[in-house]
Amino acid sequence: MPKRTDLKSILIIGAGPIVIGQACEFDYSGTQACKALKEEGYRVILINSNPATIMTDPEFADVTYIEPLTLEIVEKIIAAERPSALLPTLGGQTALNLSMELHKAGILEKYGVEMIGAKPEAITKGEDREIFKQCMIKIGLDVAKSRTVKSMPEARAAAEFLGAFPLIIRPSFTLGGSGGGIAYNREEFEHICANGLDLSPVHEVLVEECLLGWKEYEMEVMRDNKDQCVVICSIENFDPMGVHTGDSITVAPAMTLSDKEFQTMRDASFAVIREIGVETGGSNIQFSIDPDTGRQVVIEMNPRVSRSSALASKATGFPIAKIAAKLAIGYTLDELRNDITRLTPASFEPTIDYVVTKIPRFTFEKFPDADATLTSAMKSVGEAMAIGRTFKESMQKCMRSLETGARGFGGGGKHGHDEPVEEKIINAKLGTPNAERVYFIRHAFKAGYSVDRVFDITKIDRWFLTQLHQIFEMEQALAKHTLATVDTAALRRAKEFGFSDVQLAHILKSDLATVRADRKQRGVHTTYRLVDTCAAEFEAFTPYYYSSYGDENEVMAPSGKKKIMILGGGPNRIGQGIEFDYCCVHASFALREMGYESVMVNSNPETVSTDYDTSDRLYFEPLTLEDVLEIYQQEKCDGVIVQFGGQTPLNLATALKKNGVNVIGTSPESIELAEDRKQFSAILDKTGLKSPANRTAMNEADALKAAHEIGFPVLLRPSFVLGGRGMFIVYSEDEFKNVVRQAFDVMPDKPVLIDKFLEDAIELDVDCICDGEISVIGGMLEHIEFAGVHSGDAAMVMPPHTLPAAMLATVRQATHELARELKVIGLMNVQFAIKDHELYVLEVNPRASRTVPFVAKAIGVPLAKLAAKVMTGSKLKDLGFTKEQTPKHWCVKEAVFPFVRFPGSTIALGPEMRSTGEVMGIDADLGVAFAKAQAAAKPGLPVKGNVFLSVKDGDKVRAVEIARRLEGFGFALYSTSGTADTLAAAGVKVKKLAKIQEGRPNAVDLIKNGQIQMVINTPAGMIPRRDENAIRSAAYAHNVCIMTTITGAQAAVQGIDALKHKHVGVRPIQAYKGNVNLVG
Amino acid sequence: MSTSKPAVLALEDGSIFRGLAFGADATIAGECVFNTSMTGYQEILTDPSYFGQIVTMTAVQIGNYGICPADTEAAGPKASGFVVRELSPIVSNWRSQLPLDAYLRQHGIPGISEIDTRALTKKLRVDGAMKCCLSTLPLSDAEAVQRAQAWQDMAGADYVKDVTCRTPYLWRADDPANYNSPYLPVGTTMNAPAVPTKKFRVAAFDYGAKHSIYRKLVNHGFEVQVFPATATGEQVREHQPDAVFLSNGPGDPAALPYIHQTVTNLIPDYPIFGICLGHQMLTHALGGSTFKLKFGHRGGNQPVKNLETGKVSITAQNHGFATDPKSLEKTGAKVTEINLNDHTVEGLRHTKLPIFSVQYHPEAAPGPNDADPLFVDFYRMVEARKAGTL
Repeated sequence: MPKRTDLKSILIIGAGPIVIGQACEFDYSGTQACKALKEEGYRVILINSNPATIMTDPEFADVTYIEPLTLEIVEKIIAAERPSALLPTLGGQTALNLSMELHKAGILEKYGVEMIGAKPEAITKGEDREIFKQCMIKIGLDVAKSRTVKSMPEARAAAEFLGAFPLIIRPSFTLGGSGGGIAYNREEFEHICANGLDLSPVHEVLVEECLLGWKEYEMEVMRDNKDQCVVICSIENFDPMGVHTGDSITVAPAMTLSDKEFQTMRDASFAVIREIGVETGGSNIQFSIDPDTGRQVVIEMNPRVSRSSALASKATGFPIAKIAAKLAIGYTLDELRNDITRLTPASFEPTIDYVVTKIPRFTFEKFPDADATLTSAMKSVGEAMAIGRTFKESMQKCMRSLETGARGFGGGGKHGHDEPVEEKIINAKLGTPNAERVYFIRHAFKAGYSVDRVFDITKIDRWFLTQLHQIFEMEQALAKHTLATVDTAALRRAKEFGFSDVQLAHILKSDLATVRADRKQRGVHTTYRLVDTCAAEFEAFTPYYYSSYGDENEVMAPSGKKKIMILGGGPNRIGQGIEFDYCCVHASFALREMGYESVMVNSNPETVSTDYDTSDRLYFEPLTLEDVLEIYQQEKCDGVIVQFGGQTPLNLATALKKNGVNVIGTSPESIELAEDRKQFSAILDKTGLKSPANRTAMNEADALKAAHEIGFPVLLRPSFVLGGRGMFIVYSEDEFKNVVRQAFDVMPDKPVLIDKFLEDAIELDVDCICDGEISVIGGMLEHIEFAGVHSGDAAMVMPPHTLPAAMLATVRQATHELARELKVIGLMNVQFAIKDHELYVLEVNPRASRTVPFVAKAIGVPLAKLAAKVMTGSKLKDLGFTKEQTPKHWCVKEAVFPFVRFPGSTIALGPEMRSTGEVMGIDADLGVAFAKAQAAAKPGLPVKGNVFLSVKDGDKVRAVEIARRLEGFGFALYSTSGTADTLAAAGVKVKKLAKIQEGRPNAVDLIKNGQIQMVINTPAGMIPRRDENAIRSAAYAHNVCIMTTITGAQAAVQGIDALKHKHVGVRPIQAYKGNVNLVG
Repeated sequence: MSTSKPAVLALEDGSIFRGLAFGADATIAGECVFNTSMTGYQEILTDPSYFGQIVTMTAVQIGNYGICPADTEAAGPKASGFVVRELSPIVSNWRSQLPLDAYLRQHGIPGISEIDTRALTKKLRVDGAMKCCLSTLPLSDAEAVQRAQAWQDMAGADYVKDVTCRTPYLWRADDPANYNSPYLPVGTTMNAPAVPTKKFRVAAFDYGAKHSIYRKLVNHGFEVQVFPATATGEQVREHQPDAVFLSNGPGDPAALPYIHQTVTNLIPDYPIFGICLGHQMLTHALGGSTFKLKFGHRGGNQPVKNLETGKVSITAQNHGFATDPKSLEKTGAKVTEINLNDHTVEGLRHTKLPIFSVQYHPEAAPGPNDADPLFVDFYRMVEARKAGTL
């Protein structure tokens, strides 16, 4: 059937900010959907609060709303735009839930908006666990035995019915299974159920028979309106049941299913998608198999494009999101083309002649108080994917893609050491799923454990364990040799097993450069193979490659154009995420516009950059020196861009240059210079700028000495890191001694920096672009919080809202001078602090920063694209960007945090970044813009109700003013002794609550009972008191608005004022174009 | 698991692939083909249609789930040799009773692993299916190439006689000799439709039939009397069947005139359903012709469009020859299904008589079950014929 002509415009809801369980993959899917629908001639209306996405670039949709994803706002947009249809399945759980809210509130019906792709009935059937189970039983599929409960007594009865622990508890309608868990005993059961009931928006949990240790599978299925179904990819989890699939190592295709079992699962998948009634598009269906009896159980389905769909798309070359969008508007699979083979249709099932491994990336180091055990609630923040001809090759490539310091399965590096590990530790690390478990399998083998013994402890399938054992045996065999004595056949086989040159250097007692040279001399060369959807059955036209060691190299003939390589950011982590992928994608677009061939290298399957049509050539490869050099030489690139992918490529810059790579843009020397205290001080001296007093130390004793010289408080931080890893504000020697080791451990062998900490200073982020002749400021963002909060976590306002014009002029001049002195070609980010009318330079980063996409959205100028063009030699003058533009409207950036995923972790803003994503609020009024940012970051500012207020001594004066205004808005105030007394003394009416350990009811009780609508709680000192943290945890867990800085609270008051007294309208970013003042 | 013993695969064009030996110690020659199924090596090896062929799996990790007697399509492997990228050192599946290596050794079939199967596949795609020699014994490259070149091409050769049964017999699903049993995990029923109580007698020609086909026929309400390929029309008529079935099988469909004649003889009198070689036999019997494809269709992901309903099924396929659609023009048959990848004929139906056939494998094994309803169609056709409405 051809596309529908009765639809004119289609609304797509994005996934909002990056959170655990919902990362860049929905930018990838949303971007594909926008492109797919636009090329069919529909008017595409997009709403997403996340400015760091490619999809919210003005050219991807006809109208783009960067507005909060709330019922009220979306209704306003629907009223304004009157879309004919809503496509709810491409923006993750957020879009699906919001679409259901719109449906239930009657808004879709009111405005005559049709839901396409999946109907509300299907979504309900797929999402409601009890209805879903009944559906499965109806079609003859097996499910885990379970009971849905809405109260603790019901939960206890369910446990009785199911008989034995362990039991799984899954709250309904929470993202990535948050709030769920496995209870091994009655006590845990009580605890997890209570928490789950709390967190579920419908106060419902499922208590379920535990399938711990069973094999776990996923099927990515598509269906069209002719009821034609195909399986795009099967995925087998390396980690057996018990670990959330997002936290599991997964492998495609399924490895241990016979055809009979596979076909049963395939048939079951189709039966599921038909019964649930997903009319068109993709679904992900999870199965579990009892390894001893073959009993096959349906776990769940996602009636939408999911994280696994993104993985399946990258793993097979089949663009699930794009095809899903086309199916939703009426096409059938056979009417669509397979882009890769061109001649064959999309109605087929990809077959792959390689193995794909995905390993999740965790950041437990940022939440040291949280439980690092992997459970049914997702905790990872990103993932790496690798493709190899065999499982062994793909597994080792994936391990090094993760950039955790692990080089692979052994061969030195993190977790890969040769020293024996105690059995006690091995057993503990194997017995409970955790981020490092896979590495301890090697330690177990080294300690003489058999595959069977490891299986008994882990229940990881023996097939996987045997493969790892083969890698281990290879390492053992090689270790008997040196590079000189090892024979070439063994060397080649080691490369086929996925060993990197770094690993081989360690094992063969040599060094990277020598191994590399020797290997090449012996003719052991990397070859590149195509991801072609069809196992070479048809010719492929899309240059999408992975490396391997085979007989044949499939790199396509050069086009004659000059080639520039772009290094991506690798797996998402806190501090390095979608913002950098955004920049890389822009670089690619810019290069193509300039007539270059763009060569993308990245290992993150969630991204737009790893879409096969983003760049001219795509290499899905680890971002290590070896892998990058091989591609560079293979493709005979003319240059490489390192400044867009975050810290990952920057860390390679110097080594690449040493190996003859042409790093374009700002030189690696300048990049290093900005990190080198001594050289940088010289530049500051030269330009007459100053920085807070600072020292560099190579050891703990020197660091302490330096701290004393400068005087507390000091800021302690490692060099060469992104995201403030290991960064501390320290007020005393005792505190200093507690944390100094951690600062050194982050980057061993690199110095630690000690700066004077400027208290209550205003911080400013400035992004600029420089072509070697002139520099132009892209944007200046004033932090809402005082200095000391990592810029990734700080709320920011653009243009600056409190700084006087004279100071901004000084900032501009300083920025231009720094750009000139650092010989920046491309982007530069400077962090300034202003204290007592003095300007300090905190940090200069001659690279793309996290704020680049935000600034680009604020002023409507594609900064990253311009920067890429500048790096290839264009001049800003010729590109038409010579003057700073400041928006006439207000743009507020707010961060979102994953605290709810890490119960027990310290909740406070500080110099170490811990947010996973960001949102943007735009409005003509600053208060409204701030309120929008808060609403987008969830839960949003309240306009009535009760506020709990408890602040540190230094904030008390400001707190009185805040309390007065809240009182004036009609809020009732609650507080504990200290703050309460201050407020009462100032004449503010306040109800005094007991401190947590002093009695009940306390603030936590009130929060749990829904009696508190906002918490203002500013922590004293770096380590917050336990009771304070309990209040903040409760606020996060119960979706209560919380402000942990006094300036944040002041802004909130302004926002509430705006919400109560001003109109909150919506306006697409296209309508903001040109709404700027030119500076100078 | 693979030994450290070398093995060689030589192609007629002189290409040499050196790898490691598994399975039996032997030197064999045959036609080198590739299969893109990601699961189902056991069903592939035991499919008699692969007789005379050396099969390469494009999927890389082979042998992971071992061999399960219930999944075989014939009493033993029928392919001449087996080529894989990597052979699993262990078996991990609760149904397995034997490792692949031991199974092949038991049946005298040699295998080679650790070769670049993608490079081999690309060669076959570009240059077409080739004669080859696979040896797990000491053999020089030159000799291996010579053995490949010396192999008697399958064009014009009757392979069916080597794989058909010797005498007619009643196929019993519960006979332990007839391996292959249906599989459904415990606890899963998938609401399988009930087997019709009224049974029809079908005379099934065994050109090298897969057991799954017989099982499917039985499950869809047929009593299956198997006849050797050489059985005459009279022998079939004596059995008084309600319908005739033509099975899959190996080799060149044009080289089997005796079968063409038998089928021609039966066409006017019986509802007929043909699969794979059976479809090609029907083509010839109706007066049409077949031709050799460059490298064939072998895999479990082939899209087939039904021209009558417009629907696409994902099908299992294994064939090196195809029906020439032009040749059907005056035969009374029309093309009902085509392959969407290359638009070759995948199904035909007689416009007047109750006769239809498909090039692909609705019995799956290995591969998708999407085309299972064809067996229902066959039953209904026979039912209608018996009721006199057809």
